[in-house]
Amino acid sequence: MKESHVYGVILAGGTGTRMGNVEKPKQFMDLGGKPIIVHTVEKFIMNPEFCGILVLTPKQWIKHTEDLLRKYVPKDDRVEVIQGGATRNDTIMNAIAHIEKKGELLEDTIIVTHDSVRPFVTHRILEENIRYAREYGACDTVIPATDTIVESQDKQLISNIPDRSLMYQGQTPQSFRAKHLKEIYESLSDEEKKILTDACKILVIKGEHVHLVAGEESNIKITYPYDLRVAEALLGGM
Amino acid sequence: MLNAVYQLKRPRQFELVFKDISFDEEHIIVRPTHLSICNADQRYYQGNRPEEVLKQKLPMALIHEAIGRIIYDPTGEFAVGDYVVMIPNLPSEEDEVIAENYLRSSKFRASGTDGFLQEYVVTVPDRLVRLPEGINLTVAAFTEIVSVSYHAIDRFMKTAHSRRNVIGVWGDGNLGYITSLLLKSRYPEIEVYVMGLNESKLNDFTFADGTYLVNEIPADFHMDHAFECVGGNGAPRAINQIIDYINPEGTIGILGVTEDLAPINTRMVLEKGLRIVGSSRSGREDFVNLVELYKDKPAVVDYLENIVGEQITVREIRDIARAFEKDIHKLIGKTIMIWDK
Repeated sequence: MKESHVYGVILAGGTGTRMGNVEKPKQFMDLGGKPIIVHTVEKFIMNPEFCGILVLTPKQWIKHTEDLLRKYVPKDDRVEVIQGGATRNDTIMNAIAHIEKKGELLEDTIIVTHDSVRPFVTHRILEENIRYAREYGACDTVIPATDTIVESQDKQLISNIPDRSLMYQGQTPQSFRAKHLKEIYESLSDEEKKILTDACKILVIKGEHVHLVAGEESNIKITYPYDLRVAEALLGGM
Repeated sequence: MLNAVYQLKRPRQFELVFKDISFDEEHIIVRPTHLSICNADQRYYQGNRPEEVLKQKLPMALIHEAIGRIIYDPTGEFAVGDYVVMIPNLPSEEDEVIAENYLRSSKFRASGTDGFLQEYVVTVPDRLVRLPEGINLTVAAFTEIVSVSYHAIDRFMKTAHSRRNVIGVWGDGNLGYITSLLLKSRYPEIEVYVMGLNESKLNDFTFADGTYLVNEIPADFHMDHAFECVGGNGAPRAINQIIDYINPEGTIGILGVTEDLAPINTRMVLEKGLRIVGSSRSGREDFVNLVELYKDKPAVVDYLENIVGEQITVREIRDIARAFEKDIHKLIGKTIMIWDK
């Protein structure tokens, strides 16, 4: 039986507003001599299951991203840089639209969506995402929460302290049957779309099952200058 | 690309570090799938090497017995998905006389340079040998140690005189099993006797012509040549017993590793005119020939399956430590880590 199409969808939409005084979007920051996004794309290239690897970035950074990939990454026809959207979910929908335009949005087409600023993703995590998305339709990479999560409705008083053993911290990749995700997303009202910062939540609020994939503590998201220091330490083995 | 490398930081403590891999036209990237633990790895893990050696070599990724699948090959030598055995010896020069595994300039995985306990292994085509389709992967995982026996037998055959009616193999562990099995498989006409300490282990050497407990070897037993596959503290006693039983001008192949010096009966070595052949590690030629042997004589692979011990799937760092701890308590057998990290 022919295996389903699997696309890597690398989300490089960040404009770097959280990176202190740094001007460039954080995916272009240097880590061990290469831009972070290069490390991330390389990890996807190493997996022969991906028939396409879409890198989504704001319009003004498309050329820059293409130049970097040409400079550092071995030539691979599977990699395409395309324009992202205004929000994370818009960006994912752009990726799905791109796949559809190629005529490859089939019932079992899988997308493995991943933050470009998580370059420490491992081969095992990518493989399990593909496997679980095939088996269960959707999956989310998580690690057990180490800190107690405290909920506050009014930002002043604690409204709830959930049982930590039931809590997980979300990472990426998040993987889906693309066609189904699109259909569900299109069925949402604009109000619903507005509160969705997370693609898995699209399915969860509609009562769909999303399977867990074990992440890694090292699969960090490089968001703040502190994260870059941690990433450098991981890379240096210090 | 950021490659996860699982290094032994200090005895009994593994640590994850990342090392960048750069792509070029010469290097192949392999995803390890099955890794096998060797006593040499255990000596690092348990801290049984001298302090200065540990200080010099750690942190370092362990494991020099492993197979994997081709993930990326710009050279066109292999197809993506091919199963390959990885050669741990890393020569940096060629010598028309000295074999690659004896060149002082060669490096060796998990002995001064990172071993195979990594997310990906970067190497050159010359350090890979394609495995036959359908081969038992847990057996293939420890091809390296089998190639060491293969190499030792080849060296031995170049040295030992031509009367080879009876050969004794001392050691009822993995190395003794593999060496006596290869000897009997490659040279069925030779009578192979195995000496060991443990009767139940010796009972598994069904392919041998005979086995003896070391304290019950008949006084009139003689052999033309012998292999020592004991190593450790038992090696001196084994070597001296071989010297007692071996016929004049016999050759003794020594394979066992000892940390301490081994006092041996040199008077008898001289009187009998014995030859002692040291042997260590192996090179590409041995791997290639061994894989051919696996194809030609599948029974060898079947026999080797008998020494596959614990198989531990590794998904977390603590699984690596669990595999090493289980390996310590085994009676015989190779502990295999199935890499899912």
